Amino acid sequence: MADLKLDQIRKSYGAVDVLHGIDLDVKDGEFVVFVGPSGCGKSTLLRIIAGLEDITGGDLMIGGDVVNTKSPRDRGIAMVFQSYALYPHMTVYKNMAFGLKLANHDKSAIDQRVREAARILQLDQLLDRRPSELSGGQRQRVAIGRAIVRQPKVFLFDEPLSNLDAALRVQTRIEIAKLHQELESTIVYVTHDQVEAMTLADKIVVMNAGNVEQVGSPMQLYHHPQTRFVAGFIGSPAMNFTTVHIDAVEQGRVTVTVPGGAKAVLPFDVPAGDVGKDVELGVRPEHLSPGEQGDLSISGEVDVVEKLGDSTYLYLKLANGDRFTVRAPGHSRIKIGETVSAAAEAGASHLFDANGKAYDKLQCPAEYSADE
Amino acid sequence: MMTKNIRREDMSRAVIVHAILLTYTLVALYPIFLVIINAFKSRKGIFSAPMSLPNAETFSLEGFTKVLARSNFELFFFNSFTVTVVTIVIVLLLASMAAWALSEYKFPGNTWLALYLAVGIMVPIRLGSVSILNLIVELGLINTLTALILVYVAQGLPLAIFILTEFMHQIPKDLKEAARCDGVGEFKIFFAVILPLIRPAVATVAVFTMIPIWNDLWFPLILAPGDGKQTITLGIQQFIGQYVTDWNAVLASLSLAIIPILILYLIFSRQLIRGLTSGAVK
Repeated sequence: MADLKLDQIRKSYGAVDVLHGIDLDVKDGEFVVFVGPSGCGKSTLLRIIAGLEDITGGDLMIGGDVVNTKSPRDRGIAMVFQSYALYPHMTVYKNMAFGLKLANHDKSAIDQRVREAARILQLDQLLDRRPSELSGGQRQRVAIGRAIVRQPKVFLFDEPLSNLDAALRVQTRIEIAKLHQELESTIVYVTHDQVEAMTLADKIVVMNAGNVEQVGSPMQLYHHPQTRFVAGFIGSPAMNFTTVHIDAVEQGRVTVTVPGGAKAVLPFDVPAGDVGKDVELGVRPEHLSPGEQGDLSISGEVDVVEKLGDSTYLYLKLANGDRFTVRAPGHSRIKIGETVSAAAEAGASHLFDANGKAYDKLQCPAEYSADE
Repeated sequence: MMTKNIRREDMSRAVIVHAILLTYTLVALYPIFLVIINAFKSRKGIFSAPMSLPNAETFSLEGFTKVLARSNFELFFFNSFTVTVVTIVIVLLLASMAAWALSEYKFPGNTWLALYLAVGIMVPIRLGSVSILNLIVELGLINTLTALILVYVAQGLPLAIFILTEFMHQIPKDLKEAARCDGVGEFKIFFAVILPLIRPAVATVAVFTMIPIWNDLWFPLILAPGDGKQTITLGIQQFIGQYVTDWNAVLASLSLAIIPILILYLIFSRQLIRGLTSGAVK
C-alpha cells in the first residue's frame, strides 16, 4: 500500500507530445479512474506509472520514492491487462505463482498466497486448468489473481473489462469494487467507459488530448463539471448543449434567450462584459421534464422516440437545429412529430463560455450538488 | 441446384489436389523404397530384378553383415549424430537469442544487423570453401568434428534467425509486459515464457537445420576426411569404387542412415503440430 504522486509528467514520441505535464495525487487506498476518449493519453500515463514507457519529463513517486528510472519489477506495482496476457503454457496456479517463485519466495508462502487469491476470486476449482480452457471472465479473474499475489503497493488496471460481454462486464465490475473494499489497496484504473468510472472510482481523472480536464469524485464531475468536455463526457445519455444569447447580467443572475425565443433567468456568475455574447447552455436529459413549465423551458419537435421500459427518451429538434434528449417516464405516450416543451429547474443547468469553461453556479440546490 | 453444383466443383477440386499430392508423394518416396528393398537382396537379385521385392531366392542380408563387419559403421554413425545434434543445439540457442534481441530490443543498427544476418540465407556457404579450409587449417582443426560443427552452425544460423525473428514478432506485446510487471527478469522471460511459446517454430528450424547437415558430403570430405572422423555419408563412399561398387553395402548403409534422422524428425514434428499461443490473449 502506498500513495502515488505525479509531478509535471510529460511524454513525447519524437516531436509529438502525448502528455503535457500531468499533476496528480493519489492517496493510499484510493481507487482512481483515468477516463477519456481514445487517444487522450490515459493508457500511456498508466504505462508510465507501470514503468513500461520512459518518462520524458517530470517526477513519478510511489510511496514517497522517485521511481522514474526504476524497472517495473522494482516499482512494487502489479498490472492487469485488457488482453489478460496470461502465460498460455502454464496452469492457473503456475500463472499466479510464477512471479513469486522467481522472487525466491518460500514454497509454502507462495502456496498460501495463491490459494488465498484463488479463494477471493473463486478460482479454487480452476487451479489446474490452462488459460485456453477458461472463459473470458475466468481469464480476467486469473489475471487479477496474478496481480493480487504480488501484494503490490499499487494495482494498475488497463481497460480490464473491455473484452468481456455486457453481462459479464457488469458482474466483474462489481467484483472489482468488492475486491477494492476487501484489499483496501491503491488502484489506478483506465477505461473509456464513463459508467465504469462513475461506479468504481473514489476519484475520477478526466483526460483529453494529453491534459487533465478535471479531477474529482464521480458526483463532483456529474454536478459540477468545470469544462464543456467533462460535462459532455460524464453522464449517460450525454448532456444536451445548445447556444443561448446573454441578454442581461445582474447580481448573481443571468438572463438568456434560448432557441425558440423564450427567456430564462439562471443563477450564474457571468462577468458584465459577456452581455450580448453567445454561450453554451447544458442540461442533462434526466433533469428535463416533458410537458411541464419551469425556470428553463425549451421546446422542439420529437423526431425519435426510444422506449427503454422504465423510461422513454425523446429526441427533440430545437428551433436552431440543435438536438435535445429528454427523459420521459416509461408510460409516456408522446409520439414522433409532436412538438413538446420540456422544462428544467434553473439550478440544474450549466453554462459554458466560448472556450468551453464553465461559469460558476451560484445557489445550487441540494439535489444538483455533490455536497453532502 | 446451385449448391449441388458448387459441392460437386469442390469435390472435383479436392480430387485433383489430392491426386497431385499423391503423385508427388510417390515420386518422392519411390527412390527410398527402392533403396530399402534392394538392401535386402543379394547382389544377383539387385542386378537381375532391381524393381521387384525380395523373394525367397533373392533375399539376403549380406549387405548389412558386410557393413557392420567390415567398416567402422558405428563410428561413422556416432560422428554424424554428434555433429548434427551439437549443431542443432548451438544453432537453436544462438538463433533464438539473436532473434529475441532483434525483435524485442531497439538499439542502433538493429535493422542493419538483421539485414546482414538475412543476407547469409542467399549466399551459399560452399562458395567460401577454399577460405574455410584455409581458416580451419590455420586453427588446427582439420580432421576434427569441431571444424564441421563450426561450419554447420554458420550455415544454419541465418535462416534460423530469420524464421525465429518472424515468430517472435507474433508473440503479443502484452505478454512480455505482463511478465515484466510480474517481476520476471529478461533472461527468465526469454527462457520461461518466450521459448516455450515458439516451440513449433524452434522445431521447424531444427528440422531445416538438421537434414542438410546429415546429408552433407562436401564439408566432411574437405574438412574431416581422416580416419575415425568420417561422417556416415563419407563413410559409405568406401564401398563406391572407381571400377566396382559394392551395391549391397551401399544400399544397406543408406537404409541404416535413414533411421536416426527419421527418429529426430518424429521428435520435432510432434512439436510442429501444436499451436501454443491459444488462450494467452483474447
